[in-house]
Amino acid sequence: MLRFITCGSVDDGKSTLLGRLLYDAGMLADDQLDALRRDSRKRGGEALDFALVTDGLDAEREQGITIDVAWRYFHTARRSFIVGDCPGHEQYTRNMATGASQADLAVVLVDARKGLLPQTRRHTYICALLGIRRIVLAVNKMDLVGLDADVYASIVEPYRALAASMGVEAVDALPVVAPDGDNVGLRSTRMPWYQGPGLLELLETLEAGVASPERFRLPVQWVNRPDQHFRGYAGTVCGGRVEVGEEVLVQPGGQRARVERIVGPSTDLAQAVTGQAVTLCLDRELDISRGDVIAAVAQPAAVADQFGCHLVWFGDQPLLPGRGYLLQLGTATVNARVTAIKHKIDVNTQAPLAARRLELNDVGYCNIDLDRPLPFERYADNRTLGGFVLIDRQSNATVACGMLDFALRRAANIHWQHTDVDKATRAQAKGQQPLCVWFTGLSGAGKSTIANLVERKLAAQGFHTYLLDGDNLRHGLNVDLGFTAEARVENVRRVAEVAHLMVDAGLVVLVCVISPFAGERAFARGRFAEGEFVEVFVDTPLAECERRDPKGLYAKARAGRISNFTGIDSPYEPPASAELHLHTGEQRAEQLAEQVLDYLRDRLA
Amino acid sequence: MHRPSHLDDLEAESIQILREVFACFRRPVMLYSIGKDSTVLLHLLRKASRPAPPPLPLLHVDTTWKFRDMIAFRDRVAAQGDIEMLVHVNQEGVRQGISPLTHGAAVHTDIMKTQALRQALDRHRFDAAIGGARRDEEKSRAKERIFSFRTAQHRWDPKQQRPELWHTWNTQIRQGESVRVFPLSNWTELDVWEYIRRERIEVVPLYFARERPVVERDGALIMVDDERFVLREGERIQQRRVRFRTLGCYPLTGAIASQADSLDAIIEEMRASRSSERQGRIIDHDGASSMEKKKQEGYF
Repeated sequence: MLRFITCGSVDDGKSTLLGRLLYDAGMLADDQLDALRRDSRKRGGEALDFALVTDGLDAEREQGITIDVAWRYFHTARRSFIVGDCPGHEQYTRNMATGASQADLAVVLVDARKGLLPQTRRHTYICALLGIRRIVLAVNKMDLVGLDADVYASIVEPYRALAASMGVEAVDALPVVAPDGDNVGLRSTRMPWYQGPGLLELLETLEAGVASPERFRLPVQWVNRPDQHFRGYAGTVCGGRVEVGEEVLVQPGGQRARVERIVGPSTDLAQAVTGQAVTLCLDRELDISRGDVIAAVAQPAAVADQFGCHLVWFGDQPLLPGRGYLLQLGTATVNARVTAIKHKIDVNTQAPLAARRLELNDVGYCNIDLDRPLPFERYADNRTLGGFVLIDRQSNATVACGMLDFALRRAANIHWQHTDVDKATRAQAKGQQPLCVWFTGLSGAGKSTIANLVERKLAAQGFHTYLLDGDNLRHGLNVDLGFTAEARVENVRRVAEVAHLMVDAGLVVLVCVISPFAGERAFARGRFAEGEFVEVFVDTPLAECERRDPKGLYAKARAGRISNFTGIDSPYEPPASAELHLHTGEQRAEQLAEQVLDYLRDRLA
Repeated sequence: MHRPSHLDDLEAESIQILREVFACFRRPVMLYSIGKDSTVLLHLLRKASRPAPPPLPLLHVDTTWKFRDMIAFRDRVAAQGDIEMLVHVNQEGVRQGISPLTHGAAVHTDIMKTQALRQALDRHRFDAAIGGARRDEEKSRAKERIFSFRTAQHRWDPKQQRPELWHTWNTQIRQGESVRVFPLSNWTELDVWEYIRRERIEVVPLYFARERPVVERDGALIMVDDERFVLREGERIQQRRVRFRTLGCYPLTGAIASQADSLDAIIEEMRASRSSERQGRIIDHDGASSMEKKKQEGYF
């Protein structure tokens, strides 16, 4: 079976070529031919107008608003075909992308009189971006340029160079006269200088297609568990092959198991290959769910949570960096946000342009960030584990497709560098249990005072500690950050990461930051192991903080000389379930510090 | 190594689509119309959940005007016991005495099929309904997605369809909304028959040519299946060797003159056929955009 798309501007004769192709392949039924004869005569011609075949199949009433690919099916004695009839208009880039994602090959039409147009470049670019590596260039309307071999050559040669520059590996070119059928179903006798096959023959014989990825991958689609006697992981193999008895890896977790049984559509199988929908049973009970990938042990997929990627934007609303979307990659669905638009691409010239947002049908190169790591491949290596869609969380609309390129933060995520001295060893050397004690509360609530007392007492007892104070960090690590919501998000993220490293070093870390947003505190908590993070809510009423105003900041904020001040013109989201809730109004700092130490005593033992 | 065939590819794709339904929806159902496409779909459903039985029920929307052979076939499928068969009839339509013979194809189809289907989907609060429609059947089908979104009012908006890339289907819906799923989208009529032959799948005997009592009406051969049939003036029942290429309500489905009494003969006949599949369907002939309109109102 060959899946291909046709592209080219409407006037290049795409409909006529497709109609003629169906006719020559003998796929037009009598009732359709009768209708075609009638309609052609109505248009005033005796000859059949093949453009009317596809126009007739098209829902005419939708013309002008249709932005959809229509799929048609035909076959010859040698091959079955699915052809996606892609609209030619420039504004329908998203359909080009949708069509190209399903295709092994593209037929690009050029009008011999006009030569290469911006639209030719655009369509070829989108095809290449979506991974089509083989193109058939049909130079149409040769009769209108005197069936001239030189005109043909003057189009084909620059096109080959253009396609090659975009990464298309093979271009088969042929001259055609679509209405007359020259080189469509049969080879033309009118252009003896062309010795190659006609279009239908070419489509029947070309070894097209996306090379099957060689490394074994099975994204788990559905866990089939009808009773306690059977547990199978159903999915479609999207790369390589697997045999019964082989050891496999479950990603992103990294557990290993052996394949005990492969359940096929009709019988059990000894092996499964790319494209087969199977069910694997493993030799031990593992916690595997939809979205996990079962992979070859020797060639695991990369695992990461940040990527560089190409995005084709489908949404009516523009893409804004920072906004959260659902990302669906293979069978996994996670939360994602675009962190940066590196540039957008002028699809006609392929020039990179600066951009702060992507509008409908824009193509951009972006960095994208996920809320958890996923096994993935470069799109060029594996379409299933490298191609994703973004879904708007409010409307549930599919707003973009993306092609993964490579992981960012590779050192952290793809191969975590193993070090022989680990957290446990470092903690043991210090004779303590590492911990992060996170003080949150309004400016002037007393966080630093209490934390300072706690650290003094811990140090006196021989604990190895460090105090990360938000104000102090803003002199160095966070000197570039202001006080907008975005900057506060980043501030807390950096503090959490530093605290995480210090806990890894075996220390007891005390953190004092206002950290006004519950979301960021949840993020910080998520960086630590269970029981390693203690949230301390230093709860002082705003009026009391303002009365104390140790740094004179509230006065400035009230005077309008500081903006985005927590409690004044920026919100504070109090913790709902902090490990410790300190009410400062009733007790002195000494007593509060004792409360913290009491709580920590068990944890530190 | 064994090279997967065209039919293997289609089978694998359909199984992948069915499993996506198992995994992503809370209350899925498969619409079972008893025809060849439904029968292939049921076969694929069993393969997709192997070795477990299918994890969803079948729903047959009975217009009360199906061929007797079809109902007998349905009851045999239900008796196999590995899957639950729900049957829904629009009782309000029955009380009103809706009949294709007196009310015509359009009213009968709307009340006994479209409305009945909506009633059944609402009653059971199904969030995904699998159907056997193929894109090669009809021109508005050619544009429909594999996972086709429906509003809480069951409406299809051809202009607001979700792009479908690769085999990545967006299955996100809100409370009350639903999705129609078409695992046979990329199959052709010929694929279906070749698969039936390869897999030795039993289908309703009406697909095979036999002597049957028929009446010629408006250029179609209408089979007289029971005593409810009313002859018009000048019509007479004749025994003709016919078969059905598509099955619906018997007074609305034309037979074709044929000698094809085996799967081989049917496939041979199909390959040589010069007319399209749904020409025998009277409901398709009431206006150019009728299928699209019906679909917008909730028809499958």
